[in-house]
Amino acid sequence: MAAVLVSTTINGDATEFSCPANESLLSVLRNRLGLTGAKEGCSTGDCGACSVTLDGRIVCSCLVLGAEVEGREINTIEGMAADSDLHPLQANFIEHAALQCGICTPGFLMAAKALLDRNPDPSETEIRYALAGNLCRCTGYDKIVRAVQATAKQLRQLEKKKSRRKKA
Amino acid sequence: MRYQRPSTTKEAALLLHDERGSAYVLAGGTDLLVRMKLGHIEPDLLVDIKHIPAMSALSHSAKGTRIGAAVSGAQLGEHTKIAKAWPGVVEAANLIGSDQVQSRCTMVGNLCNASPAADSVPALIAAGAKVAVVGPNGRRTVAVEKIAAGPGRTSLAKGELVEAVILPPRSARSGDAYLRLTPRTEMDIAVVSAGVNLTLERGRIKSARVALGAVAPTALLVPAAARAIIGTRLDDEALERLAAACSAACHPIDDKRGTIEYRTTVAGVLAKRAAKIAFQRAGGA
Repeated sequence: MAAVLVSTTINGDATEFSCPANESLLSVLRNRLGLTGAKEGCSTGDCGACSVTLDGRIVCSCLVLGAEVEGREINTIEGMAADSDLHPLQANFIEHAALQCGICTPGFLMAAKALLDRNPDPSETEIRYALAGNLCRCTGYDKIVRAVQATAKQLRQLEKKKSRRKKA
Repeated sequence: MRYQRPSTTKEAALLLHDERGSAYVLAGGTDLLVRMKLGHIEPDLLVDIKHIPAMSALSHSAKGTRIGAAVSGAQLGEHTKIAKAWPGVVEAANLIGSDQVQSRCTMVGNLCNASPAADSVPALIAAGAKVAVVGPNGRRTVAVEKIAAGPGRTSLAKGELVEAVILPPRSARSGDAYLRLTPRTEMDIAVVSAGVNLTLERGRIKSARVALGAVAPTALLVPAAARAIIGTRLDDEALERLAAACSAACHPIDDKRGTIEYRTTVAGVLAKRAAKIAFQRAGGA
């Protein structure tokens, strides 16, 4: 198997790795770069546990080849918190008990963040559709939806405050 | 396995043509990488087409619409003018998989994967879409319904690949719609599906195309179903004839997702509903 040398950006850091041409981005992240936040569930794009963003779009890293990410920008769950300050989504997942075993949580957080980045005020239906590619076998989803709703509300209020301050 | 990233379609065609082992086109990978993971295929060569400008291009004008083979479902859905001109096509493409899948999946991949249940294919056939096919010896334009040859098989020769989907110029008072039946509203595969595209003249249907999915080895164009509604104002009688023509065209399989009888009946029901939506979108009363 011919190895491919790849230069990419992960969570803002320039990163280089080499991998066989058929190795998934998920495997590169976990087994070569020590970024084990993205989880391997189904490996066929059904469960969303391996969700990361690629140039800002949410993808299953199991359905991306490491070779494909040359020159692209990847964000993983490891880049979500600012040092020890949790992202509001992370804080709300804890607050609303939106996780039990935790395997699906990194994927849900990445998918929920991708949703809120493009739609700050999603309806419950929009949230459920946006998270349909993430499976959770513990929570029954309701608590996850509530956590996302609470975060959306907080982030909107923050934005309002910011724009008011700008005007003043 | 080797991985190549050509910068022109011609170069991609030559790579595919010259490979002695098995060679596959990689666009979004949402079908291909799953088949590799499951061990159904072991490619010797993957040709990634996402660095070919013509494959990533998306254009829409009075002359028609061109959707490159590497354009993702998400990118297509964000193009508001195409979504307005061809809501049936865009909705069909956006029904495929989750947001994660939409970020990567392509209509041409959906077409060339050649599943009888592919969501975007009946909508494209109804729209009268063609594809630009490039091979080592040149290019040709082929109607979408000629691409799938059976489940998992296409009519493309070795070395040929699809560069783009081409939708015809959109005439006034036209509308299209695509509907599918699935037990789950998201992340599911069509048990039956129907696409309808029509154009009105003085309130009557001047031209129409009707296509069905998941009721035969490939998606079907059903000319008899179109004839059933052309010249009408889509009255109840025309709708019944449409449904009967659709059911008559079905030759589905029995499987865990639906029986022959069920699929045959539902094909007619979905075609009626899709026709009503297309008629309304065309400005029909």
